[in-house]
Amino acid sequence: MGFFRSRKSSAEDAKERLQLVLVHDRTNLPPAALEALKDELIAAISKYVEIEAQSVQISIERQGRSQRLVADIPLRAVGERRKG
Amino acid sequence: MSAQVVTVTSGKGGVGKTTAVANIATALAAAGQKVVCIDADIGLRNLDVVMGLENRIVYDLVDVIEGRCRLRQAMIRDRHFQELYLIPAAQTRDKSAISPSDMVDLCNELRPDFDWILVDSPAGIERGFRNAIAPADRILLITNAEVSAVRDADRVIGILEAEEKGSPSLIINRLKPDLVRQHEMLSPEDVLDLLAVPLLGIVPEDEMVIVATNRGAPVVLDEKSRAGKAFRNIALRLMGKEAPNDDWNASDTFWARFWPLKGRK
Repeated sequence: MGFFRSRKSSAEDAKERLQLVLVHDRTNLPPAALEALKDELIAAISKYVEIEAQSVQISIERQGRSQRLVADIPLRAVGERRKG
Repeated sequence: MSAQVVTVTSGKGGVGKTTAVANIATALAAAGQKVVCIDADIGLRNLDVVMGLENRIVYDLVDVIEGRCRLRQAMIRDRHFQELYLIPAAQTRDKSAISPSDMVDLCNELRPDFDWILVDSPAGIERGFRNAIAPADRILLITNAEVSAVRDADRVIGILEAEEKGSPSLIINRLKPDLVRQHEMLSPEDVLDLLAVPLLGIVPEDEMVIVATNRGAPVVLDEKSRAGKAFRNIALRLMGKEAPNDDWNASDTFWARFWPLKGRK
């Protein structure tokens, strides 16, 4: 129902939004740059091994004041190679 | 005696930096400490009015640095405490009138005569902020439990880390306990989780701060004020003494228990 549809409290909303924005501020890596990085990473890795490009997930995880870039890149099994 | 230089900063403006400086300084002086405050917000002088000393200003910080007066001539004695002084900011100049090394030299000259030198930083992360943090032994970061203030505080922490100034101590100012209970304001735990720096104190929103500022008498002078109590606790912790936990969770007013939404404005 319009603006107030969300079941989240506004404090939760604030915290989640801040978590995201702080990670990007701290790393100077805005979401669009992260997307570009993901595409290049997929292209680079695909030269060596077949991957499930659609399932690749790149995220920045936060631990205290430090950030790490986490990539989850599922590999395609050799047996599946000629399926599609 | 060698004073500790404590710079109070925030990133965002309007979160209560100047009020915090006036109150922490007054609380330290009330505890018998020798204190001098420096208003480093050149061009936007305000610590003088918050402390009620605006009518006594003859010379200012820039006059001292440019050699137009002796240091002692620019130091205004507080109305309440003999061992509390203010060096006011210049009002008709800008931040480029002084440099970080000027601030370091000035503080070094003051150190032997005081226990504490409190520097009120301007908002922002530009030249005035750099001037204010240059002499700091310790930095207090003031924020509100609100998205833009927390975001700006995080930027300041990042800059302090990059400058190898260490982690600042956090003061969460103007917390509205009723809103926190209703989950309509970030809790102190949320803010600490986001910023990941040590907490020095939590100051609840208190209308008495406005009244105190109107009169130019910091709210710590009011024994009953909740914000005053929180600032006294912060002063104790700075001095390395035990202070009771901030009871921010106490209800705003008697009536708030019956109309929990009254706190929303």
